[in-house]
Amino acid sequence: MSALLQAKRDAAESRLAGLRLPEGGSAWAKAAREDALSRLRLSGLPGRRDEYWKYTDPTTLVTADAPGAAVFDGSDESPVFDGIDWVELVFVDGVFDADASDDPALAGVEIERLSTAMQADIHWARDLYGVLEARGQVPVERPLATLNTACATDGVVIRATGKAAKPVNLIYLHQDDASDAILHHVIKVESGAELTVLEKGPAAARFNKVMEVDVADGGTFHHVRTQGRDHERRAVTHVFARLGTESVFKSFTLTANGVLTRNEVVIELTGDDAVAHVAGAALGDGDFHHDDTVFITHDAERCESRQVFKKVLRNGATGVFQGKILVKPGAQKTDGYQISQSLLLDDDSQFLAKPELEIYADDVVCSHGSTSGAIDEEGLYYLRSRGIPEGPATDLLTLAFLAEAIDEIEDEALAEDIRGRLESWLSRRRG
Amino acid sequence: MLEIKNLHVKLEEEEKVILKGLDLTVEAGKVHAIMGPNGSGKSTLSYVLSGRDGYEVTDGSAELDGEDLLELEPEERAAAGLFLAFQYPVEIPGVGNMTFLRTALNAQRKARGEEEISAADFLKLIRAKAKDLQIDAEMLKRPVNVGFSGGEKKRNEILQMAMLEPKMCILDETDSGLDVDAMKLVAQGVNALRDAGRSFLVITHYQRLLDHIKPDVVHIMADGRIVKTGGPELALEVEQNGYADILAEVA
Repeated sequence: MSALLQAKRDAAESRLAGLRLPEGGSAWAKAAREDALSRLRLSGLPGRRDEYWKYTDPTTLVTADAPGAAVFDGSDESPVFDGIDWVELVFVDGVFDADASDDPALAGVEIERLSTAMQADIHWARDLYGVLEARGQVPVERPLATLNTACATDGVVIRATGKAAKPVNLIYLHQDDASDAILHHVIKVESGAELTVLEKGPAAARFNKVMEVDVADGGTFHHVRTQGRDHERRAVTHVFARLGTESVFKSFTLTANGVLTRNEVVIELTGDDAVAHVAGAALGDGDFHHDDTVFITHDAERCESRQVFKKVLRNGATGVFQGKILVKPGAQKTDGYQISQSLLLDDDSQFLAKPELEIYADDVVCSHGSTSGAIDEEGLYYLRSRGIPEGPATDLLTLAFLAEAIDEIEDEALAEDIRGRLESWLSRRRG
Repeated sequence: MLEIKNLHVKLEEEEKVILKGLDLTVEAGKVHAIMGPNGSGKSTLSYVLSGRDGYEVTDGSAELDGEDLLELEPEERAAAGLFLAFQYPVEIPGVGNMTFLRTALNAQRKARGEEEISAADFLKLIRAKAKDLQIDAEMLKRPVNVGFSGGEKKRNEILQMAMLEPKMCILDETDSGLDVDAMKLVAQGVNALRDAGRSFLVITHYQRLLDHIKPDVVHIMADGRIVKTGGPELALEVEQNGYADILAEVA
């Protein structure tokens, strides 16, 4: 065994030693955790020299002790998704708070707390928990997700069998400077059902979250999340999705600030004519580091996938994009699109992009592009010549740059909320 | 209204002097035209007055109603009442035409200490002005100048001018790239704005625009200076004989 692998395994052991592993649960739950545990002990945790972590240093995500993060006071701004009728489920430093949450029944879907579900024999949860995560380990290992499956202490399981009455809004509050949270959600959208899940908040000083989403034939899943202005927080999140025939999956993430955020999205298109869109807009300042890592596998015919990621960086901020489209043999008529762009507001900031296409079918359309650029000086002069001062004119051009990503949000009310949020963040940082 | 004295301008990046002691006074309510051969510095004059980067004023002054224009940022010049209709209007993907115009109008109002216009009043105003210029609702919604034809871009410039109601309007080769009908439409838009309190500086190569926008004074510019000033008949002279005679005469 190489010294490198040994170091990764040692890191895993050291991390596990610092965690209280969940106990109890039904036989399937125990088996799922044990399976993950043994996979983790084999793979170890990611290190600085892993190719998949070339642009993002995982050290602070894998250490036994979470680096602290001062609690951020965001009370001076209106809540995200304000005015949208949802069912909210509140987690404080990674622990579900039933008193602060709405009655889950109002969403018109089945919702259980993960710990409750793991005591019971809920077949659909059993068939998904750790299953999509394990499928997502090939061809690239994602050990932080495996750690999550083995050690998650809380989360929700949601099953929609029809059109959900309201979106489910997962609210992650951060109240303890040293909190280290591991949440795992399992979502099943049955055939023809429709569900929207919203997520917001920093969750903890360090946050590891996995969301497994299975969208059956003809199902529709929408996901919109915001990772707010809290700067010191660290997060690694994974979304694992499997899409059936004619199903739709759309996910959008807005991120502002955060010293370290790695958002991985792993999607398998397993049924014909499925649609998967993943988009993100990020605003970074100073020691901000934000990494979008996306892996989409086309394993059926006539599926469409889109990746649209935009980052605005300044004062030495770093943005990373690793995006891959894998078209398997037989996945004919695949329509794959990928764009990653950064707007660099100064010379100190950097954007690192690794777009990849791997295609084994001969009748497909796949395109990808990646650009880094500065504010368009001509456009800026034009706006200013009409009386718009430099700051607001720059904001206008910044919003225009991000527009393509925000346009991926299908629900216009949610998109408008995100635009408003961005405008207020931009004008705030102008001071 | 506009008073330019002994203006000397060079490019910031190179030792190239473009304006070499330009004097020009435009009185309130008047339309002045500037004609001149390529490379005489006409467009540079419009850029320097509106505050574009890349030029260095080495001598002279430019004042708008006694206010030193050269000290102001581009947006401050706009708020002070200066407007440049661009020769090549800039495309701004992702910014809707309406959003752009409302932001601009409100920014100018704010700079002058006036109240912002309400969304409803703005809509009423822009619809009326757009109609006169045959700009449809679709064009108002599209991103600024993106996918606009040459004629549409120039009409959009005039629409902005009509909405912002500046007191000093500079038109930089607004006739370039326009067919006869589009030029008439643009000229009508300009003529509708003529007013005792508003002045125009029309930069053009051709007499034909001046058939539709009748100037009070015509200047001939060459090598960074105004070399001859006269009435509308001067434009006709240029149309018939070109610049050679005039340049020879003043040389």
